[in-house]
Amino acid sequence: MTSRLSGSELTLGYENRVVAERLNVQIPDGAFTVIVGPNACGKSTLLRALSGLLSPRHGTVVLDGAAISSYRAKEVARRLGLLAQSATAPEGISVADLVARGRYPHQRLLRQWTPEDEYQVAEAMVATGVTDLADRAVDELSGGQRQRVWMAMALAQQTNILLLDEPTTYLDIAYQIDLLDLCADLHEQGRTLVAVLHDLNQACRYATHLIAMKAGTIVAEGDPREIITAELVEHVYGLACQVIPDPQTHTPLVVPAARAARGARPPG
Amino acid sequence: MTRRLTVRAPGIALRLDVRTLWVSGALLITAFAAVVFTVVAVGIWLPLADIVEILQGGGRRADRFILLDLRLPRVCLALLTGAALAVSGAVFQSLSRNPLGSPDIVGFTTGSATGAVLSIVVFGAGPAGSAVAAVAGGIVTALIVYGLAARGGGSVRRLVLVGIGIAAMLVAVNSYLISRARLDAAQSAAVWLVGTLNGRTWQYVYLLGIALAVLTPPLLLLSRRLQMLAMGEDSARSLGVPVPVSRLSLMVLAVAVCAVATAATGPVAFVALAAPQVTLRLTRSPAVQLLPAAITGALLMVLSDLVAQRILAPAQLPVGVVTGAVGGVYLAWLLSAQWRKGNG
Repeated sequence: MTSRLSGSELTLGYENRVVAERLNVQIPDGAFTVIVGPNACGKSTLLRALSGLLSPRHGTVVLDGAAISSYRAKEVARRLGLLAQSATAPEGISVADLVARGRYPHQRLLRQWTPEDEYQVAEAMVATGVTDLADRAVDELSGGQRQRVWMAMALAQQTNILLLDEPTTYLDIAYQIDLLDLCADLHEQGRTLVAVLHDLNQACRYATHLIAMKAGTIVAEGDPREIITAELVEHVYGLACQVIPDPQTHTPLVVPAARAARGARPPG
Repeated sequence: MTRRLTVRAPGIALRLDVRTLWVSGALLITAFAAVVFTVVAVGIWLPLADIVEILQGGGRRADRFILLDLRLPRVCLALLTGAALAVSGAVFQSLSRNPLGSPDIVGFTTGSATGAVLSIVVFGAGPAGSAVAAVAGGIVTALIVYGLAARGGGSVRRLVLVGIGIAAMLVAVNSYLISRARLDAAQSAAVWLVGTLNGRTWQYVYLLGIALAVLTPPLLLLSRRLQMLAMGEDSARSLGVPVPVSRLSLMVLAVAVCAVATAATGPVAFVALAAPQVTLRLTRSPAVQLLPAAITGALLMVLSDLVAQRILAPAQLPVGVVTGAVGGVYLAWLLSAQWRKGNG
């Protein structure tokens, strides 16, 4: 397995709180990696560290053979894109303008709108199906449309590695599937994707490589069809369940045990 | 839809917003007209023909004095301070993603005033000394506000609230200093506090001009990063903006620009708050653009000074009285609009 992006001996935290210690992780090239785990297990923190947004207290994130902290910010942004959770569109900005901002890492002071920029922005809007919305204001769009626009911006950045922090949060189920299908398309075109997801069954369906985290450690990683078992889910989430094949995709489908079968046990 | 003009030449590829271009052009023309009107018609009428003659070295001695020593330096200073305050306001509003993050609201200009008043009342400083003290006062206040706001995680709302609190305290300090001063010092301090262009000579214009010539080019170079920062720190960083160093340099430059402008005229109210907002509405642009904002600021200042000189002629009001009156109404409207939005 080759890996352009990896972290070794990562100790991660905010201010006084340590979230993860001595974490080792390799993102397989060309895979659709999904990170899952209970709330506050450190999955988003790990993604932030891998993107260079959060500096590890200890250990290094390595991108293309060098520490990510040794690159200039624009150089990182030409190799790796991130769809952040906290993204806010400036008030009144149009879809086309927001997508065009994805070209920033490729632009210089006097070279801000080359034919290449124009072409890549148009391509990104086609790939995400937002071309018809080009002149609309981003704040008028529905949540699902807006998330597609942010995806288009990240695509215009033209990076081979794309990191997505909970991209489906706040979307209704149809838009969630819509967005994950888009991710799967991008993966099939040869990109390396890393996403943090909440829904275990969606993760099993779409991931080619699954990383399960609990309390700041990686508990299991690999092909979801090989690693997802009732024991693992119970260990990671403290939830008794049954794992059956998904009738559509034959990937693992996690079915929580009925209330009666779990008894009156408090969640642990 | 937004119309764009793409400019391409070898080594150059730019895209300009058509509406921003013509709005800026219209503002420039209006500002020029206001300057001409001020020079010709504030007080004794100086016909354009006479003005041309004076500029070529002729004319009557009294007219030469009125034009070259009174009106021109005054109107030049109005243009420079207006533009400077607007640029500084645009940077801070954009960084704090809040119109109220403006330096005249969060206490930086009041801090400059405290520095100046302190130097006048306690040390008997003249114009030069009070200008230096004003720059120092503004910078120290900015450090205190950011220091206090950063301790709570540095949220935008916190910065604005801390700044408003500090501003209120500094107003009290300023009043106390004046109440303890000798009469003549109290009078010159009080005039300084309102913000005025009365009696400003070429010296002010030169000094402010030099300071701005040093400070504004790097700000303009950083303006694209400023636009990217408005999308949130994570997005800006993931698009390749080195966030901490960009934000720090923008802040330091904007504080300095605001402080030197305030040093020249006193804390002229509301130009820093209103100019970027007026520009946003005129250009209908999602991002604050520094150059159009600067032109708007210069225009607002010249117009306000025109009103200040004419409304109770022959008595000349300090320009801060006019911007304060007009800006106060604007601030009330802005607060109620934000309130509706916050509760909507």
